Amino acid sequence: MDDRGRSTGRRADRLFSFASQGAGVTVLVLVTLVCVFLVSQAIPALARNEASFLTSREWTVGGDAPRFGILELLWTTTAASVIAMLVAVPVGVCVALFITEYAPQWLRRPAGNLVDLLAAVPSIVYGLWGLIVFRPIVRPIEDWLSSRLSWLPIFEPTGITGGTIFFIGFVLAIMILPIVTAISREVFAQTPTTHKEGALALGATKWEMIHTAVLPFGKPGVISAAMLALGRALGETIAVTFIVSTLAVGSDWTWSLFNGGETFASRIANNAAEFDSPQKTGAFIAAGLVLFILTFVVNAIARVVIERRKAFTE
Amino acid sequence: MTITRSHAVIALAMTGALALGACGTDANKTSTGGSGAASTDCPTGTLKAEGSSAQKAAIEAAIKSFQTTCTGATVNYAATGSGAGIKQFIAAQVDFGGTDSALKDDEAASAATTCAAPAWHLPMVTGPVGVAYNLPSLPSLVLNADVTAKIFLGQITMWNDPALAAINPGVTLPDKKISVFFRSDDSGTTDNFTKYLKAAAGSSWTVESGKKWNGTVGEGKPQNAGVATAAKGVEGSIAYLEWSYITQNKLGLAKIDTGSGPVELTSASVGKMIETAKQKGSGNDLSLTLDYATKTPGAYPINLVTYEVVCSTYKDPAKGKLVKAFLTHFSSVETQKSLESLGYAPLPASIEAKVQTAIAAIG
Repeated sequence: MDDRGRSTGRRADRLFSFASQGAGVTVLVLVTLVCVFLVSQAIPALARNEASFLTSREWTVGGDAPRFGILELLWTTTAASVIAMLVAVPVGVCVALFITEYAPQWLRRPAGNLVDLLAAVPSIVYGLWGLIVFRPIVRPIEDWLSSRLSWLPIFEPTGITGGTIFFIGFVLAIMILPIVTAISREVFAQTPTTHKEGALALGATKWEMIHTAVLPFGKPGVISAAMLALGRALGETIAVTFIVSTLAVGSDWTWSLFNGGETFASRIANNAAEFDSPQKTGAFIAAGLVLFILTFVVNAIARVVIERRKAFTE
Repeated sequence: MTITRSHAVIALAMTGALALGACGTDANKTSTGGSGAASTDCPTGTLKAEGSSAQKAAIEAAIKSFQTTCTGATVNYAATGSGAGIKQFIAAQVDFGGTDSALKDDEAASAATTCAAPAWHLPMVTGPVGVAYNLPSLPSLVLNADVTAKIFLGQITMWNDPALAAINPGVTLPDKKISVFFRSDDSGTTDNFTKYLKAAAGSSWTVESGKKWNGTVGEGKPQNAGVATAAKGVEGSIAYLEWSYITQNKLGLAKIDTGSGPVELTSASVGKMIETAKQKGSGNDLSLTLDYATKTPGAYPINLVTYEVVCSTYKDPAKGKLVKAFLTHFSSVETQKSLESLGYAPLPASIEAKVQTAIAAIG
């Protein structure tokens, strides 16, 4: 092109830097505004709350004397998410290693695509499938654990037949598996060939090569994959709402993973039709705020871990 | 070659996912419009109505068939709940309201001020609640209010409990645990069911009745569909559900012993219960007092009646005419009959006659 064409190169430079700065600032403002909205809506309801918000199991949000607390929601949400992580992270890493290291060349792409496809399945489908197909498969595992290890409070048998915390954890694990796998796969594939060949040349077996070259290299990636996945597990709504067995109001507290319960997201979704007064809405928004903070903290921890890792490897 | 094959696999998997997703849609939403009364005269215009969600499917089906017959008429119904319906009717925001419970005295007075004439309750839809159970070995089961209350409060936990055996003579009850399912969202079904338990078994039903389930045992599931699916998946389960969900999921439907023999849930037995109701209002104001503790032989006790609240005289005669036309269609024998497939029971003949008289008197 002519001279004018070249001079727009500078303008393009400025425009692009402006655009990307704008996008960055917008995201920050957006997150701040969401936070402000949650806090401002939650405070009036919290001020009227007559029970302890953090330690109560009650949930009566209407009327003049609302009493609500998030203890049960917090327990169910974190317990189910932790189970999901315990299952999905090791499995996801193994799948990623299989795809990048073990699978024959012709299988790698289709296998990777298939795992990615898991992420494309709508969550309501996971809910339906989980309840109808997957439930009978997990049931015997639960029965076995609760019959052998019932002395552990977390494996205490309960009367819940359907959506236990344990089962929700497994369904969530399948839902977050593609996130863990896809990101881990990408970072494992980036392992410098020199590292790998170096390990092999020193006489390492394939496992030793993975152990000494691939895994250390991919660790920060795997951690951020896990945190991204955890974020999704904490906030997953529709599948959980569909599967979960809500506890009756007067039921006794138990630490058992075979008990039912509601997560933050499922309780909010389940009661969205009843938001008829600002006070009720505020109570649910307060629960949403806790979920927001929880996710935020998890992500912050992940950031710290990754930063420290970087310091070691570089 | 390999790439095309992998794409085929993906395409196949996606189709599967889509098909599965399609299976999730609620089969109950398909409305079966009645043929519509040919004699209905068809004014044109638009009606606005709001209220009870219990009659949502029924009124939507009636609206559909009405608009097919009367192409110039439009009726909009927002299922925002009975309370909202009454409020909007009093505020003159809607032309008629739908409510599950009759107006309180002060509400009736305000409504009369709005209309500049008394407001009438017209019973239009009856929705029975059934007690569903999942025991394939048991084709028939009898319950009474007392035993039902105790099961749903966790005092009876086994299917072969002596209390159950006593009202099911000659039946081999299985040695199985009872799994209780309830609605985890606030619902009219819960309200109706617990009101029945309170009225008919007050000494055993010790917790509060209302839209929110206040029991102490069992597992909560969202919506009728959620409860039905869960109950279907667990042998030995028991749940309360709207009628259509029980038949569609092929769950067992318990007969209720009201004290004068077991009664099956049918249109006829529901109609019988509604017929025994006392008329609370006077003249054409047809608000009813349902007797949940009815002992009338052959009357099924767990029912909900939804009223349309209308002005006896509309300030705008055109509106009155349209309300009249629509409600005439809604209360007609054909429309009422068509509601049966949606899980509602038609109005019994005696009440229907009164309703039609009242509609004819709307000015």
